Amino acid sequence: MSDQLIYAMEVTLNGLMAGVLYALVALGFVLIYKASGIFNYAQGVMALFAAMTLVGIMNGQVPFSHLINAMFGTHIHHFGWHVPALIAIILTIGVMILLAWAVQYFVMRHLVNQEPIILFMATIGLAYFLEGLSDLMWGSEIKKLDVGLPQGINLWLDEVTFNIFGYGFFVDNLDIVATVIAALLVAALVAFSQYTKQGRAMRAVADDHQAALSVGISLNYIWVMVWSVAGFVALVAGIVWGTKSGVQFSLSLIALKALPVLMLGGFTSIPGAIVGGLIIGVGEKLFDFLIGPMIGGATENWFAYVLALVFLVFRPQGLFGEKIIERV
Amino acid sequence: MDDGYITEDGRKIGGVVMEMKNITLRFGGVVAIKDISFDIREGEIRAIIGPNGAGKSSMLNVISGFYIPSEGEVFYKGSKRPQMRPFEVARQGIARTFQNIALFEGMSVLDNVMTGRLNHMQSNLFQQALWSGKAEREETANREVAEKVIDFLEIQHIRKTPVSRLPYGLKKRVELARALAAEPQLLLLDEPMAGMNVEEKEDMCRFILDVNDEFGTTICLIEHDMGVVMDLSDRVVVMDYGKKIGDGTPNEVRNNQEVIDAYLGVSHD
Repeated sequence: MSDQLIYAMEVTLNGLMAGVLYALVALGFVLIYKASGIFNYAQGVMALFAAMTLVGIMNGQVPFSHLINAMFGTHIHHFGWHVPALIAIILTIGVMILLAWAVQYFVMRHLVNQEPIILFMATIGLAYFLEGLSDLMWGSEIKKLDVGLPQGINLWLDEVTFNIFGYGFFVDNLDIVATVIAALLVAALVAFSQYTKQGRAMRAVADDHQAALSVGISLNYIWVMVWSVAGFVALVAGIVWGTKSGVQFSLSLIALKALPVLMLGGFTSIPGAIVGGLIIGVGEKLFDFLIGPMIGGATENWFAYVLALVFLVFRPQGLFGEKIIERV
Repeated sequence: MDDGYITEDGRKIGGVVMEMKNITLRFGGVVAIKDISFDIREGEIRAIIGPNGAGKSSMLNVISGFYIPSEGEVFYKGSKRPQMRPFEVARQGIARTFQNIALFEGMSVLDNVMTGRLNHMQSNLFQQALWSGKAEREETANREVAEKVIDFLEIQHIRKTPVSRLPYGLKKRVELARALAAEPQLLLLDEPMAGMNVEEKEDMCRFILDVNDEFGTTICLIEHDMGVVMDLSDRVVVMDYGKKIGDGTPNEVRNNQEVIDAYLGVSHD
C-alpha cells in the first residue's frame, strides 16, 4: 500500500474525530432551533461560559472577584479549596439550568411570536452579554481544564496500525473519548425525545404552539427545559474543547464552525448534525491533505464554508432537513 | 340552582358546568363579542351557531383561554375562573379542536393522541429521564387509554402514520382523538365539520353523538351549517355580529324570527 494512501487513512480518521467535536456544538443549535425556531447564535459562547464556570468552580475561584476587589478594595481571588471534577460538573449543570431559566424569563418570554430575525438578534445580544459575563465572573486569562479525560497518543491504535501498515497512526485519546461521549449524548437525547413525556411535549412544542397549549403544555416550561438541555450540550462541548485547547475566548468561535455543519445536515435534524459534522471534519482534513499543497495550504479555514455554499445551491434544506414545500 | 333537564330524546342533562356572564371582547376598536351570557350544562351538546364573522370562534377562544375577555366573567364548575393562560385552562379539563386543524404534523397519529394524555402523567423529569418504574407504568396505562380512543374513532389503521400524510377528513378525526384522550370534562369543537364532504360529515356527526353517549362528555361546538347543528345539539346559542340573538332548543331557535332574519336576510318592506 502506498504511503499516500496510508497517510490519507490517518487523516480521515483524525477528520472523523474532529467532525465529532463539530457535531457536538451543532447539536446544541439543532435542539433549540427545533423546539423554538430560534437560531441560537450564543451556543458557542454558552460552551465557553460553561467551561469557564467549570474551571472556576474546580479551582475554587471567587466569582466576580475583580469587581468585588475593585469596589471594596479587597484582594480576594480564591476560596482556597479545590472541588472534585464530578461535583464541579454537577454544579455547573445547575448554573446552566439557572442560565436557561434566566434567558427564558428575561429575554425569550417577551419575544414570543416575533420574527425569526428578531429572535436571532436577541441571541446575538445574549452572546455578547454572556461573553462579558464570563470575563467578569471568572477573568479573561487562558485556563487549563483537566477533568481527568485521558489525553495523548493512543498506543494501542498506534501499535495495531504499525503492525498492519508498518506505520503507526496518531490518534489522540481525547478524541476517542469525545466520540464515545458524543455517541452516548446523542443516544440519550434521542431516547429522551422519543420515549418520555417531556420529550413528547418538547416535540409537540416544536411542531405547533397553539396545539401544544391546547393539550396543556406550558411553553415557558418546555423552553426552559430545551435551553437547559442545550446548556448541558454546551457544557459537554466546552469540556472536550477546553481540555483540548484550553479554556479561552476562541472557544466561542467554534460556534462558527457549526454553521456549515448545520447547512449540510439541516437545522432540524439530530442525525444531520452528526453526519454533517463528520463530513465537514473528514472533508476539510482530506482536502487540506490532498489538494492543499497544490494551492498553498491553509484550506481548513474556508473549506467548510465553501462546501456549505455548494450544498445550499443544490439542497437548501440540508441532507436531513425537512423539505420546504410551499403549497399555492 | 336547578338540576338540569330531560332532553327530547330522553337523556338526563345535569347542572351548569360552564357559565359565561356578560362577556365582551374587543380588539382595539372592533367589538367581536358584545355582552353575551349563556351556560353549558353537564352532559349536553351545546352549539354556538351564526353566520361567518359572528364571533363564534372568538367565544370558543374565550372559553379555552386563548382570548381574555375585555369584560365579563367566566364561571367553571361553580367558581369564578381567574385569568388563566390556555395551557392552564387545558389542565382544568377543557380540551379543544381548532377550525384550521392544529395537529403535530411531524408526529405519528399515536404520538399525537398521546400528547392528549400529558396532563394525566404525573412522573417528573428525572423519573422520566431515568425511565423509572413509575414512568414506565404510567406510560403503559396512558397508552391503553390512547389506544381505546383510537379504536373508538376507528383510526387504528393509521396509528403509526405521520399526521402530515393524512387527508383532511382524517386529520379532523385525529384532532378529535387527541382532545378526547385528555378525558375532558368539557370538549370544545371549532367547526368540526368544516370543509368535509357529506360522508365525512355524517361520520363526524356520529362520532360526536357517540362520544357524548358513551363517555357522557359535555360538548360545546361551533358550526355555521344550520342543518347539522339542529340534528346534533340539545341547546343552541345563535350569534350575529357579536351579539346573542337566540338561545334555546333547536326547535325554539328555528322558529325565532331574529334568527331567521340573520340567516335568510330581512326584506325591509
